Amino acid sequence: MAMAPPRKGENYELRQQLNSEYRDKRADAIKRVIANHTIGKDCSGLFPDVVKNMQTDDLEQKKLVYLYLMNYAKTQPELVILAVNTFVKDTADPNPLVRALAIRTMSVLRAEKILDYLASPLSRCLKDENPYVRKTAALCVAKVFDLKPELCVEYGFVETLRDLIGDGNPMVVANAVAALADIYEASQSLPATPPASPGRSSPPPSSRPSSDLFIIDGPTLTKLLVALNECSEWGRIAILNTLARYKAVDEKESEHICERVMPQFQHVNAAVVLGAVKVIMIHMRSVTREDLLKSLTRKMAPPLVTLISSPPEVQWVALRNINLLLQKRPDILANEMRVFFCKYNDPPYVKVEKLDIMVRLASEKNVDTLLGELKEYASEVDVDFVRKAVRAVGQVAIKIDEAAERCVGVLMELIETRVSYVVQEAVIVIKDIFRKYPHSYEGIIPTLCANLEELDEPEAKASLIWIIGEYAEKIENADELLGTFLETFKEESYPVQLQTLTAIVKLFLKKPDESQAIVQRVLQAATKDCDSADVRDRAYIYWRLLSSDPAAAKSVVLANRPPISLPQTTVAPAILEELITEVSSLASVYHKPAATFIGKGRLGAEDMQRRAMQPEEEMSREKALATVVAGQQAENLLDFDADDEVPSTSSSSQTLSMVGSGSNSGLTSKAISNVAKSSNPLDELMDLFSTAAMTTPTSQPIAPKSTVSGIQGLQDDHDDTFSGLSGLSSPPPQINGSTNSTQQQSQQQQQQQSSGGAQDDLLGLF
Amino acid sequence: MISAFFIFNQKGEVLISRLFRQDLKRSISDVFRIQVISNPDVRSPIITLGSTSFFHVRINNVYVVGVTKCNASAALVFEFLYRFITISRSYFTKLDEESVKNNFVLIYELLDEIIDFGFPQNSEIDTLKMYITTESIKSEMAVREDSSKITIQATGATSWRRSDVKYRKNEAFVDVIETVNLLMSKEGAVLRADVDGQILMRAYLSGTPECKFGLNDKLVLQKRGNEASKSDGAVELDDCQFHQCVRLGKFDSDRSISFIPPDGEFELMRYRSTSNINLPFRLQTHVTEPSRSKVEYTIHLKANFDPKLNANNVVLRIPTPLNTTGVQAKVGVGKAKYVPGENVIIWKIPRLQGAQECTLTAEADLATTTHRQAWSRPPIQLDFSVVMFTASGLLVRFLKVFEKSGYQSVKWVRYLSKANGSYQIRF
Repeated sequence: MAMAPPRKGENYELRQQLNSEYRDKRADAIKRVIANHTIGKDCSGLFPDVVKNMQTDDLEQKKLVYLYLMNYAKTQPELVILAVNTFVKDTADPNPLVRALAIRTMSVLRAEKILDYLASPLSRCLKDENPYVRKTAALCVAKVFDLKPELCVEYGFVETLRDLIGDGNPMVVANAVAALADIYEASQSLPATPPASPGRSSPPPSSRPSSDLFIIDGPTLTKLLVALNECSEWGRIAILNTLARYKAVDEKESEHICERVMPQFQHVNAAVVLGAVKVIMIHMRSVTREDLLKSLTRKMAPPLVTLISSPPEVQWVALRNINLLLQKRPDILANEMRVFFCKYNDPPYVKVEKLDIMVRLASEKNVDTLLGELKEYASEVDVDFVRKAVRAVGQVAIKIDEAAERCVGVLMELIETRVSYVVQEAVIVIKDIFRKYPHSYEGIIPTLCANLEELDEPEAKASLIWIIGEYAEKIENADELLGTFLETFKEESYPVQLQTLTAIVKLFLKKPDESQAIVQRVLQAATKDCDSADVRDRAYIYWRLLSSDPAAAKSVVLANRPPISLPQTTVAPAILEELITEVSSLASVYHKPAATFIGKGRLGAEDMQRRAMQPEEEMSREKALATVVAGQQAENLLDFDADDEVPSTSSSSQTLSMVGSGSNSGLTSKAISNVAKSSNPLDELMDLFSTAAMTTPTSQPIAPKSTVSGIQGLQDDHDDTFSGLSGLSSPPPQINGSTNSTQQQSQQQQQQQSSGGAQDDLLGLF
Repeated sequence: MISAFFIFNQKGEVLISRLFRQDLKRSISDVFRIQVISNPDVRSPIITLGSTSFFHVRINNVYVVGVTKCNASAALVFEFLYRFITISRSYFTKLDEESVKNNFVLIYELLDEIIDFGFPQNSEIDTLKMYITTESIKSEMAVREDSSKITIQATGATSWRRSDVKYRKNEAFVDVIETVNLLMSKEGAVLRADVDGQILMRAYLSGTPECKFGLNDKLVLQKRGNEASKSDGAVELDDCQFHQCVRLGKFDSDRSISFIPPDGEFELMRYRSTSNINLPFRLQTHVTEPSRSKVEYTIHLKANFDPKLNANNVVLRIPTPLNTTGVQAKVGVGKAKYVPGENVIIWKIPRLQGAQECTLTAEADLATTTHRQAWSRPPIQLDFSVVMFTASGLLVRFLKVFEKSGYQSVKWVRYLSKANGSYQIRF
């Protein structure tokens, strides 16, 4: 040896023991080496000494040496060759356990040299008379493919694997299927034909096995279905996964598969149950026989419910999947809401999921029980869960018209508890109820207003302000209440500022005589003292609307809004369809396609959005057009915009002066003129543009998320079901001049919005 | 597919590390330690960082972790982790840091056998014990057994049973164990009552016996909402699940449970029943807060089963407000004591006869606080076990054993209903 190893230290001691003449001393030393490896110490230096102990009759010792080899073969590629002989000898050992152990270990050693010796033992083991060795060898093919695909192709191992599907032993079948699936996946990422490298004279052997090998045909299907009932639970999962990939030739075959897979619902392993659910959900698509469909959905429910008594982690996986299945088939668990009641000691992640499912299952029949439960949850200690429970009450109200009144009752009771976060959440929820059922529960407004001081969170404040603005004509002291918010205007967060602004404008339009002063103050505060571009721009829009045509302002600001509804699905239909085929996998747990969180070319959020949108595009375009038509009928907002747009040119200085004069021209109203005169509009606008760039990121969260579009985006930009014209909530570039900052901002918003297509259309129309 | 398996202690030190696939490095364990173990905000059992997903189960003072880089079946990974825990328990009774450290060689050996290249393989405990042994469980025939026989069993159609089992006396024990889940509202209305049942069997039968098993059940998968036929004493099972030895196809076609049992102890089936649950205990609660500094409890417990039967280890956990300073409790039966650390009064009754009634009266003194917090009143929890009683009313009708040699066998049946944290009453 070139470098003498140190003569002391633990490794020296171990080395001596490994070479000891006593057997038990050597065995002990190997254990210590493994222990050292486990805690992260480097034991690669002992390689030759450990390998010496490989040849032994003691199976336990052999296993440990093999374990060592697996971990260190890569670090000592030249020395691995020492072990090859023993390996090859062991693969022909009379004891099948030793044969299997040897082939299993040999195929994971990451050393080129070993692989060359592997081929012939592996082909021998694949045909071994003992099924235990065969099933081990089957997986070895996948391991070798992972290291060196060419080798598998060269020796035809993949073909042999394929033949093993016909093996008499179900475990062998299962492992062969699993290995094939693994190879198939791995081969997808390989180049179809390896690029001919200029350096080499002969083309390298193809590393990609023929894709025919992975196609499952009729006879194979029969074999799989037979093996399914006989093999171990893990084998069943592998077979079920393959059945999920199988494309049935006709309806009859789909029916056959469903019928044969259905008994697996009774299996004790949750992964088998979910695997069976997956196969059936896929093959159900082509089943049309009413009675079979019925019996499939009926038989699917009990096993799903049973999964709820599993350990919490399994339970959670099951709940996430149930949530997904309910989006696809809302009827399967219609009668089972009670099992989803949260136990006090459930982990939080389970509780939250149960809550979501309960809302999905809520119907007129069970709504009273559900509300009782939700009220109970609202008194628990976990703040996050309590808030979700309160929110759930609101969702139920929006989902079931008949129950709305009872929900409002529950919310009022919750407000009486005066627990700060409960009250705030309840106020937010009530705002949504008002949006769904306008003018129905005005009686509760005084109670809400009485809790004004309790509110300290922006969303709750904004909600209450929205309510006040919406019902300004019915609330006697609305101006007083809004006035209190106006006093702290500068300190408030942007959503609150936006709502204050809008609410006061609404108040002004409803009671113009009493609120001239306050509207003036808010417009001034919003345009002068506020550093959010959104707030400022909105204030300018109102200002001009009010000054140029109060009637138009009325029809825009006080327009009737379409009521909101609870979305039935949380994922887009196309993605839901995809996720259903992935039941029990990580993707189904996250409710996201696998490509978004794994894989080499991870898809970005944008791609996902594009995919989500495809089937909806048509729809959203129509919706957008309809909205625009509605807008035109509502009043001539479009004219108003067009007028101002005419002089706008590409030069930014011109645009600036235009906008400046635009706001000057709007000074006809006496009330406002003083304000504008007092400041130089040009400076102010410059100021505005510089701050716009600064505040871009903060304005992002305000951007609405989902898909129902409407002109009302103007006022309701923190409401999540509206979006559409949110381009207006921050001003469209035409109005604002062509500064880069604002354009960037609106572009970002467009990207963020799932209804980007709709927005483009709308902007185009403007 | 599982790419790696780790066991960590609470400090985040690696106790066991085993990589199954090449797509990960050992250093991935550091990521888990930093992102999960030292991060108190983690609320989900699955964490995905980059494209690596960590699945963890916390048990005693260790984390058992599976790592994967693909879109693996989440249910499979957790089932595997739990199976590993079960296997470990049967090998060294308890899975904790100490036992992992003491048995690490055995654990590596087990892992080698139960999972290969990330695919779970054979996880039948009985079979594993035939060829993976520790000194402590060296079963008489295991060590010298012909290994080809082992391998046949490990892969065979009846992987759970050897063909050459012999007993002088052929016996089979059946234990029906029911866990009662109850959620009762303040008003005494039953919000949720159901039973998770488990039928455990210990079979000491020679040869390859063919068993048939019958219950007084009728599966109600077919007729939901049809309440008409109920009086025939049959128990309605909402769902049941079987050990892999049970022929599922046969059950699906004619509802008969037939199987060749593994040798020794195993879980034959699990079931769930939600209708006509006999609640073994009734609780009447009267809890008042007469002043800001006092809560008064009157809790009346009634055993609602046959006087010939007994309940054992009845434990009531009665929550008190967080600012409780002391509790005076009076009980007729058993002992009651206030445990400040958990904010509960624990009332223990070692043995309670059927139809017996008893009462607890208690007064909790509260520290005065300037700002009165609402007390969320967590539910009272009742734990118990009642022998020879099934809350669902389930009975074993018959267990028939057929074997070629035609021997006689003796069968024993036991019943037990219990609750462990699942019997909750709000007040």
